[in-house]
Order: sequence, then structure tokens, then C-alpha cells
Amino acid sequence: MLPEAKVAIRHARQPPRLLRKVNVGDGSYNALLWFFAGFTLVIAGVIILALWGTARPAFREASVFSFIAGSNWDPVQESFGALSFIYGTLVTSAIALILTVPIGVAFAIFLVEMAPSGVRPIVSFPLELLAAIPSVVFGLWGLFVMVPWLRTSLEPFLGQTLGFLPLFRGPPLGMGYLAGGLILAVMILPTVASISIEVLRTVPSSLREAALALGATRWEAIRLASLPYGRTGILGAALLGLGRALGETMAVTMVIGNSPEIHASLFAAGYSLPAVIANEFAEATSAVHTGVLAALALILFGITFLLNSVARLLVRAVTKSQAKSPA
Amino acid sequence: MLCLALGGAALAADSLLITGAGATFPFPLYSKWFNEYNKLHPDLKFNYQSIGSGGGIKQITEGTVEFGASDPPMTDEELAKAPDVVHIPTVLGSVVIIQNVPGLTKLKLSPSTLSGIYLGKITKWNDPALVAENPGAKLPADAILVAHRSDGSGTTAIFTDYLAKVSPEWQKTVGAGKSVKWPVGIGGKGNEGVTGVVKQTPDAIGYVELAYANQNKLEPAALKNKSGAYVMPTIASTTEAASDAVIPDDFRVSVTNSASKGAYPIAGFTYLLVRKDQKDPAKGNALIQFLWWATHDGQKLAAPLDYAPLPNPVVKKVEVKVKTLTVQGKPVNVAGS
Repeated sequence: MLPEAKVAIRHARQPPRLLRKVNVGDGSYNALLWFFAGFTLVIAGVIILALWGTARPAFREASVFSFIAGSNWDPVQESFGALSFIYGTLVTSAIALILTVPIGVAFAIFLVEMAPSGVRPIVSFPLELLAAIPSVVFGLWGLFVMVPWLRTSLEPFLGQTLGFLPLFRGPPLGMGYLAGGLILAVMILPTVASISIEVLRTVPSSLREAALALGATRWEAIRLASLPYGRTGILGAALLGLGRALGETMAVTMVIGNSPEIHASLFAAGYSLPAVIANEFAEATSAVHTGVLAALALILFGITFLLNSVARLLVRAVTKSQAKSPA
Repeated sequence: MLCLALGGAALAADSLLITGAGATFPFPLYSKWFNEYNKLHPDLKFNYQSIGSGGGIKQITEGTVEFGASDPPMTDEELAKAPDVVHIPTVLGSVVIIQNVPGLTKLKLSPSTLSGIYLGKITKWNDPALVAENPGAKLPADAILVAHRSDGSGTTAIFTDYLAKVSPEWQKTVGAGKSVKWPVGIGGKGNEGVTGVVKQTPDAIGYVELAYANQNKLEPAALKNKSGAYVMPTIASTTEAASDAVIPDDFRVSVTNSASKGAYPIAGFTYLLVRKDQKDPAKGNALIQFLWWATHDGQKLAAPLDYAPLPNPVVKKVEVKVKTLTVQGKPVNVAGS
């Protein structure tokens, strides 16, 4: 080969100057993105470490297991158990999800599939407004409007009609798990509904039209074409709602009754993890008391992480089965 | 921190900034004081964060503020971490019992009845103990719904301190503190939360601060004090609680269940916490002058805001205490001395 040709090839292999410059920019931009992405992980890590550091003095004498499985909460004797708070958090969040997901999805189906196009902005505006209300306002509304209504109307009614279930027994106090769950349901409804709306809007109209063309009724088209397509997204919407419900502090503490006990009845007063942290942290002075509150925060972190992972797996499983048997 | 540092630097040129943190209960009075004192001394500004008594104790212990504020005095354990912290009582507050029994006014309670209700021993409004104390009152045969504070608070500390003094059983099973394990009842967050529960629920009983009850026109119950008289919570009867008390030199004392004749039994001091020796000459001097002013001229501003001023014997003791405060080891010449 001629030497000139070799030189030419070498030149050709090396990227031209201009291109290399762009690559430097690309590289540094890439590095920057990695840095920011990593930063969120670092923050989460630092939070866990700081919580763990604060929580450690609490476990010099008590074991972690007896803390999680115990339900005694006595700041004077410094004997602490987290179970009643874990229970309260899970029960109120479950009530909220059970109520919100069907309503939110039905709402989204109505708006996307059935309502005339002019209705959507009229309805979605107040929905977004609902999401912007500060939680303390929800709490006050709950305390002064919803709780009296629960005590005088809904709880006596549920007690009479469904009183054979242990869930609806006991004196109607107004405050309690049911009040906490209901206020959470109102608070997470905008999240669940508005994301479900966006999800259903991404369903290609060709899918819907194909179903209709094959002779499906409107309901069948929704059930067989739209909903399966949006399944993952709707699950994601429920998950975001759940995330908010688990961590909600102010509104829940104002209506849940704040008593660290475990009751089967939804009418009874309970307590939740974020509520007790907010209530007691400012005035906790001993290392053990501060420590157990930090430990409760870690547990809340753990629950959120666990539920998120389970939901991820669920989404993956659903997507796989969808891929195998296309609707 | 950066903001504080920048703010401090900007202000340092023409004025002095003294930072403090702590109790929420005296916050309305303290902000009034800071405001009025600033009018007298325009070069001096206060920055007070009402983050709670626990936070106030933490911050003065760590030295991040010039003064802390707390409703209950520091415990021995807390004081061991900062032995040079001095307690200066500023005003008194009291805890009042409110109830919502339809048609019931002018409720009277003795210590044993009140502790019985909060222990869950007295569960009905027509309990013989309540009937005997309130002859002629309309007491229904309904269950008592007990409400208490769910957040850690000085109000709860004073209330449970009183119950522990008057009831051996309370002392044994519950004890006293800012947060306790309540035998019965449901918790409301803050004074407004407890008031919310009591107002919304027929047959409920709860406790709130006197100032809060006065401002919201809640009718309090009269309590039987140590000398046997039923006393309504007022500014005067709250001040009275500390007038006969034996006050130790460090002021760390509970004045609940006072033996004074006209004293309301559930009352307590609220304190400012300062270091005995001030390191910064300008700020230290200004802070000590302010303490003198607050416990003298400042006392006149207390009653209009529903805080009980210190009784005279206590003011005299505070004077002695303030004079022992030093700036870089040297005593300060306070106004009026």
C-alpha cells in the first residue's frame, strides 16, 4: 500500500477535529447527568445513614425485633414499640387506596371515553385544584366537617348495616382509622384520577376503533382494548397515590385520634408513623426517645421501599403477560 | 446557616441581632416583648424561633443560640450537658379543663375526680363523685370522652405533673412528662386539636392553656386546690400559685398543687435559658439588660395577652439571679441597679 494511502486511512479513522470537540461536550454533559442522577441516590443514602445514626442509641438496650413487634408506647418509662403505628399507617393507606382506585379509574374512563370533549377541562380544573390544597386545610376540614358527619351519620349507619363485621363495631367516635383513611382518599384522588386520565389518553384510537369494528360494545372496547393497554400506567397511578398516603402527616394526625393502640374496628382511634414523628419529635429530648422516632422514620422508609418494589414486580409481571398474549 | 450568617453580617454594621429558640407557649408574649424592646433600643433586634421547648433546650446546649426558652425546667440529665445554663422565669401559664356536656356549666372538679377521669376509673358523667361535687348540675348518664394533647408539649408536662402530685396511682402507672402513655382518650394536635375534639364531641373533656381558652371563650372548670377552695383559672389565681411557693435558687420548681389559698392548682413557670457567662460583650450585655426589662417593665404586657405576671417575691429573686450573670467574667450594671 502506498504510504500516502496509509496516512489517508489513518486520518479517516481518526474522527475529524470538529466531531471530537462535540464529543467532549457530549462526554461532559453525560458526566453531569450521571452526577445528578447519582446525587439523588447519595441524598437517599445520607438520609438513611443519618437516621440510623440517630436511631442507634435506642437499640442499646431494646432489640430491633421487640421494637417492631411491640405495641407499648410509654415515653415516660422509655419503653417503645412500633407496631400500632405500622398498623395504623397500613390500615389508613389501604382504606384510601380501596376507595380511590375504583373511583379514580372510573372517573378517568368517563372523561376519556365517554364525556364530550368540552367537559374535560371543566372537570379536570377543580381536580387539579384539589391537589393544590395544603394538607393542613384538609385536616381542618376533616376535623370540623367530616368527623362530626362520620360520628352522627356514616358510622352509626355502617354499625347498623355492617355491624356483624368486626370492622364496623364499637362506639362511633368520628375520629379514628376510618376518618384517617377517608381524608387520605380525598387527598390522593386527584393524583390517581389525573394520572389515569393521562394514561387512558395515550391509548391509540386505532386500538379502540379496531375493537369497535370487530363488533365490541363500548364497554367491551374499554374493558378489552383501553384498560389492558393502560394497566401499567394505572398501577403506577395507584402507586403514586399510595406513596402520598403513606407519608401524609398533618391531615391524618388531626383526625386519626392519635392513640397508639391496635383495634380491629375502623371506628377506633389509632395512630400512624408520620403522625407520631411529627407530634413527638420537637419535644423529644432524651437520646432514646429521639432514637425510636428516627427508627420509626426508617421503618416508614422501609415500608415505602418494600411496597414500591412489590409494585414494580407487579408491573413487570403484568407487562410480560401482556406481551405474551396481546389483547 | 448561610442565610443566618449573611443576615448577621448585613445587620452587624448598624445593629445587633440576638437569636433565640424554644417554647411555643410564650411566643405571642415574647414577640410583643421583642417588638416593644426594639422600639426602646432600635439598634437591637431579636430573632426567635418557636420550635418547641425541647428544641430550645437542644439549641442552648449546643450553643447555636444566645438564649433558649422552655416551659418545663431542664432536667438534671439535660443540665449535666450544659451546667452553666441559668433559668430565668418570665411569666406563668396555667392549664384549664374544658368540657362539652350539653347544658352543663360551672363544672367543679376535685383532684381525685380529675385524675379518676384521666385514669379511666370515672367513665360516666353521672358518676357519684361528680354528682357529689356538682349538686344540682345536669349530669347525663353518658360516657366521658377524654381528650388530651398528642404532641409533646409543656402544657402536658404541667398537667401530668399535677396529676402525679395529687394521685399516687397516676404517679405509679403513668408519670409526668411532655408525652406520656395515656390510659384513656384520644389525642388532638395542639391546643386547637384538643379544642376541636371537645367542641365537636358531646360529653368530651379536655385540657388547654389558659391563654388559649380565654381567647376562644371556652368556659373552664373550677378546680379544688390544696387548701380546699374551688378556684377558677384566671391571671390572678395563676400568679397566686407561685406567690407562696418555696422557690429554689435555680428556679427549677413545680408550682402545681400550690398551697396558697387563692391559687389555681395547675400552673407553671415558663423560662428563658441563658449561659451564666456571656462570651460576646455587646450581645451579652444587651441580653442581660433585656432580661431585666422583661422581668420588670415587660411584666405589664403579660396580662393583656393572657399570661400571668410573676409575683413580687419571685421578681426579687430574679433580680438577684440576673445580677449574677456576667459578660466575659465581669458583672453587668443593669438598669435599675
